[in-house]
Amino acid sequence: MKTPVLEIKNFHVDYGLGDEAVQAVRDVTLTLHRGEVLGLAGESGSGKSTLAYGVTRLLPPPGVISGGSVVYHPPSGDPYDVMALTDTELRKFRWAETSIVFQGAMNSLNPVHKVSTQMLDVIKAHEPQLTPQARIARAQEMLKLVGISADRMDAYPHQLSGGMRQRVMIGMALVLEPQVVIMDEPTTALDVVMQRQILAQLVELRERLGFSVLFITHDLSLLVEFSDRIAIMYGGRIVEEARSADLYKDSLHPYSEGLLKSFPALRGARRELAGIPGSPPDLRGMPSGCSFHPRCPQAFDRCSAEIPVLGIPSARNDPNRSVACWLPGRTA
Amino acid sequence: MTVTETEVVLEAEGLTKHFPVRRGLRDLLTREHKAVHAVDDVKLTLRRGRVTALVGESGSGKSTVARLLAQLYARTSGDIRLHGESVTVRGGRKFRAYCRQVQMIFQDPFASLNPTHTVRYHLTRSLRIHGRAGDLEDNLRDLLVQVQLTPPERYLDKFPHELSGGQRQRVSIARALGADPEALLADEPVSMLDVSIRLGVLNLLRDLKERLNLAILYITHDIASARYFADETLVMYAGRMVEGGDSETVTQNPAHPYTRLLIESAPDPDRLGELSKPEDQAGGEPPSLIAPPGGCRFNPRCVHAMPKCATDLPPRFELPAQGHWAACWLYEEGATK
Repeated sequence: MKTPVLEIKNFHVDYGLGDEAVQAVRDVTLTLHRGEVLGLAGESGSGKSTLAYGVTRLLPPPGVISGGSVVYHPPSGDPYDVMALTDTELRKFRWAETSIVFQGAMNSLNPVHKVSTQMLDVIKAHEPQLTPQARIARAQEMLKLVGISADRMDAYPHQLSGGMRQRVMIGMALVLEPQVVIMDEPTTALDVVMQRQILAQLVELRERLGFSVLFITHDLSLLVEFSDRIAIMYGGRIVEEARSADLYKDSLHPYSEGLLKSFPALRGARRELAGIPGSPPDLRGMPSGCSFHPRCPQAFDRCSAEIPVLGIPSARNDPNRSVACWLPGRTA
Repeated sequence: MTVTETEVVLEAEGLTKHFPVRRGLRDLLTREHKAVHAVDDVKLTLRRGRVTALVGESGSGKSTVARLLAQLYARTSGDIRLHGESVTVRGGRKFRAYCRQVQMIFQDPFASLNPTHTVRYHLTRSLRIHGRAGDLEDNLRDLLVQVQLTPPERYLDKFPHELSGGQRQRVSIARALGADPEALLADEPVSMLDVSIRLGVLNLLRDLKERLNLAILYITHDIASARYFADETLVMYAGRMVEGGDSETVTQNPAHPYTRLLIESAPDPDRLGELSKPEDQAGGEPPSLIAPPGGCRFNPRCVHAMPKCATDLPPRFELPAQGHWAACWLYEEGATK
């Protein structure tokens, strides 16, 4: 039986307050299990990064968490709600329990400090009882794990290539051995060859250290290959969630299907592909009902009137998947 | 599919661009002039009604090739021929005459349109400059219809910020078409767009190619989209072309070890479960272009490297499939594979 490590329940995030507020994340319920890679896919503006920042309480103003809870299950001890933590508790929670790898590694490392300084600073802040030698040994060991030789410890970020900087970021995220690592498009700025190297390394590390990953990207074809489960976001809501293989072979939501058909294949027969007509919705003026209905080829009357609820699809009877769509056999 | 011989619009031979590196104080004492070898000895041909894809990683020099072909950079050496005639332009009237036939589409539609001007202004300027402002209103409408922004009235007086990324890229395609060009140089035209609308723009470009009989150079880092969109695919690595041929042949039977690495590394949903790690001696790092490796530039990363690879530059070797070639010593006559 899989045990949950992070449970996001009915999570809402707004930008701004009052009537003018833009609802970026609406009613998201998502569970990350121990040791799994959960992929979160969606286009720009679908709320996937906002969700990640909201869950870690890193959201800068005017972002406001307007509802929901995030329950964290530590390896030993009782589960607690991250949203209810005080600042001191939060400081302890961050990095030691949950760490985050941001999209632009070039922008997340401090350019005026050496890699070693930045890495040791993290260890020092969280584990002050360690001796300086032990800290250095820990940092070196971590860098070795992500494939950077120990002599690069004293390099400045600009002396490293893009791929190496991203490896340093991943190493820093893992240095305190957190239970959950949130990765926000960690390889988007990299070339495909480097991307594959880093992902393969991440898989190895996960097997060795046993953390869970919430992997956010817009590249669904990458997720299908790499993650255990995939959740697809559109217009601030999760529209479908399933195991990777199920989603790829038998997607139920028309948006997931359209997204899968937006990637030209490298193998197999050459097919004519169309993408999805129209463009992603503007969060300031969301369509009524299902937010995908103006672009959906199968939309009917009900879609523009009522918001479909995320639930186990009636045609599949599989507790591991859920979908929010009014088409027959989808939302029960 | 065989390579049909249609009319050649634009061709380049031996195209080379070196960017000089600023000399520091210490370098002043030496005679050395360092340069970034961005593009070396590139040969390519754009034919009417065909799409040629140029695939490579960032820093491989693919965008430099587009800018050289658009005459935005002066080339270090080599030749660019438009309809068989060698052209070198530095600006002024000659540059405009050249632009009329060769237009460029840039990667970022957020940066390539002026935020303070409307769609009408952008397109009118393009038409005026290229002397097609006769029936201005009709021409404007035609341009927008051609890029499927219909009804045109709805878009003419919009500012770029009122349009989505896909619509903006369509406006910049319309602007390029305003010159009624024969060749389009598209530098990563879809990589900044949302996934779900990329194919719409690619299909539009293909449609335009067929209707207007354009020659298109499609620059991309995504080899799967090259297979989908282009007739011919050329692969670039560290400033040199390493393989070329019919898109289907290059992607299905890649010959050069670099092309194989690129294809193995591309995400493939059909390869569910295990995440294989392709063999790469350098952990995915491309070489420095200031002092590129001798011989084949891929040799430090290549799993098949032979002593010869580090010393001699491989020429293009013809492969069995028609028009397919690779610059790799593995395919030298008599070499064991």
